[in-house]
Amino acid sequence: MTAVRRFEHGSRVPGWDAAVDLEKDPAVIPDAATTEVPQELRAEIEGHLALYPDRHSAALPALAAAQRLHGWCSPEALEQVACVMRVTPAYLESVATFYDMLETSPVGRHSVYVCTNISCSLCGADELLEAMQSAADAAPDGAAEFNVRGFECLGACDIAPMASVDGVYVGPLSVDDVPQLLDDARAGRPVLPAKQLARRPCADPEAGA
Amino acid sequence: VKLLLNGIDEPGLSTLEGYERRGGYRSLRKALGMTPEAVLEQLKTSGLRGRGGAGFAMGTKVSFLPKGSMDKYLVCNADESEPGTFKDRELMQKTPHSLIEGIAIASYAAGTGRAYIYIRGEYVLQADILDAALREARAAGYVGEHVLGSEHSVSLVVHRGAGAYICGEETGLLDSLEGKRGNPRLKPPFPAIQGLYQGPTLINNVETLSTVPSIIALGGEEYAKLGVETSTGTKVVSVSGHVRRPGNYEIELGVPSREIIYGLAGGPAEGRKVKCWFPGGSSSPVLKEEDLDVPYDFNSMAQAGSMLGSGAVIVVDDSTPIMKVALKTAKLYRHESCGKCTPCREGTNWTVKMLERIDAGEATPMDLDIMASVQEHIIGNCLCVLGDAMAMPIGSMIAKFRDEFEAHMEERRLSHA
Repeated sequence: MTAVRRFEHGSRVPGWDAAVDLEKDPAVIPDAATTEVPQELRAEIEGHLALYPDRHSAALPALAAAQRLHGWCSPEALEQVACVMRVTPAYLESVATFYDMLETSPVGRHSVYVCTNISCSLCGADELLEAMQSAADAAPDGAAEFNVRGFECLGACDIAPMASVDGVYVGPLSVDDVPQLLDDARAGRPVLPAKQLARRPCADPEAGA
Repeated sequence: VKLLLNGIDEPGLSTLEGYERRGGYRSLRKALGMTPEAVLEQLKTSGLRGRGGAGFAMGTKVSFLPKGSMDKYLVCNADESEPGTFKDRELMQKTPHSLIEGIAIASYAAGTGRAYIYIRGEYVLQADILDAALREARAAGYVGEHVLGSEHSVSLVVHRGAGAYICGEETGLLDSLEGKRGNPRLKPPFPAIQGLYQGPTLINNVETLSTVPSIIALGGEEYAKLGVETSTGTKVVSVSGHVRRPGNYEIELGVPSREIIYGLAGGPAEGRKVKCWFPGGSSSPVLKEEDLDVPYDFNSMAQAGSMLGSGAVIVVDDSTPIMKVALKTAKLYRHESCGKCTPCREGTNWTVKMLERIDAGEATPMDLDIMASVQEHIIGNCLCVLGDAMAMPIGSMIAKFRDEFEAHMEERRLSHA
């Protein structure tokens, strides 16, 4: 079980006792003339904006795009998205803090979500997560390379216990698969090709007709 | 009879060519040759009940949408976050065009001009496949302006979520689709009256919409002959946990549950017995071994004190302590509670704390009663059913495995003394 992160005086909320600057105005919509936004990111966000009658709807895909570029929803990333979407950074932060896949602090390059929900844990997911975590910690540059975390049901209980490695579902995994999995992820190779969900046939006997 | 999974592993089925080779999009042509009212009538006659969890009759839901020329929306719920459920994943991955065709037909019947598929962000592969299929369907004129030259137009967008269980709840999903935190809304007004962007909105699950083409092909009356009277048709069930062959199986509703768990999925390993099972995802009250002969359909499950839910059967064998199952279940809901309603936010948190107290050997038998009463105070007191979704299974576990909880409590107390 992962311990709860504690901050000043044992609080779970970072900066809870830091003095608030009451004179400071809230951040406004960033100035388009002075905010630099990478061209591809701008194009991608504008593409999403065109799909919806209300521009706010593009928030999730836009934040996901910014996260792919910056590695996490950093203040800079939020600023850029806010500039293109014409919303305040605070609005985007309120969205980003709600969703598990949007990172609000810096994380390792490769995401490894280990499903720890009922079906997976019945099949040994807790041991798998532990092994994954300690292998990532022990690896050189582990913290910069890997973002290993337990995740709620990933919707792949048929390959339990499983993990999603940079979005690719693999399973059923055993503790022995962990080193290979992390090596593949680090090298940017297809992760454990034989265990990828994409290749798995349907269980129903008539599926292959 | 298999309508959804039949030959689903056929190579190339996810492409337009492969789908058309199997007669794909013929139902859409047939539907467009009928009036929208006639299509709706077929959906009603079919008796199709929603496959996402609530089991509400789809045809009736469509008919709740007001008439008139205002902007109306169709949203396909592809968030599939209920633990144990993975049927929509396989359907979208292997036969995405069934879903797109179903959306085109349903939007014609409901008169909705804009449609969205809200797919959970974790399903990267499936969303990419849907996007590719959608490009093909658009190019072939199956979605977009004037579908196949008719008066009917529907735009379709695949929208990716970012990881939140609550976004599978229909109003939480709508808020999320509008670019906000996925907080559920007060009902009524129901989404059919006031949903996405305040417009009338029809929300259906992937499996429900993927079934629509089969209904139009067979005719509502023929479809209604499948299954049992109050639960017509076929259902894809996701079986997982302690079974030998976990996976998706398509069954006719009304088959004995034993047939699913033992016949199809192979049952627990040699020498193990079923201790309890969730018939419809982790939100459904658990059933025990003696309930294995209950027919698997909406009403029989309700009579047995549980629910069919999303059709996710999770099997737990007798090697697993019930404490572990309860704690896993409660932790999910604590993590996923959006925090808007107090009974759910606090109730899920305290349930986890009390379960952990048992494990730490600090609990007294009275704690079980307190825990049970916490569950009772959650049910029906929140905007959505996330809290209920924890309260029902946890309540049922306490009621059905009280002896085991007490024994565990005592054992822990002594070992920590």
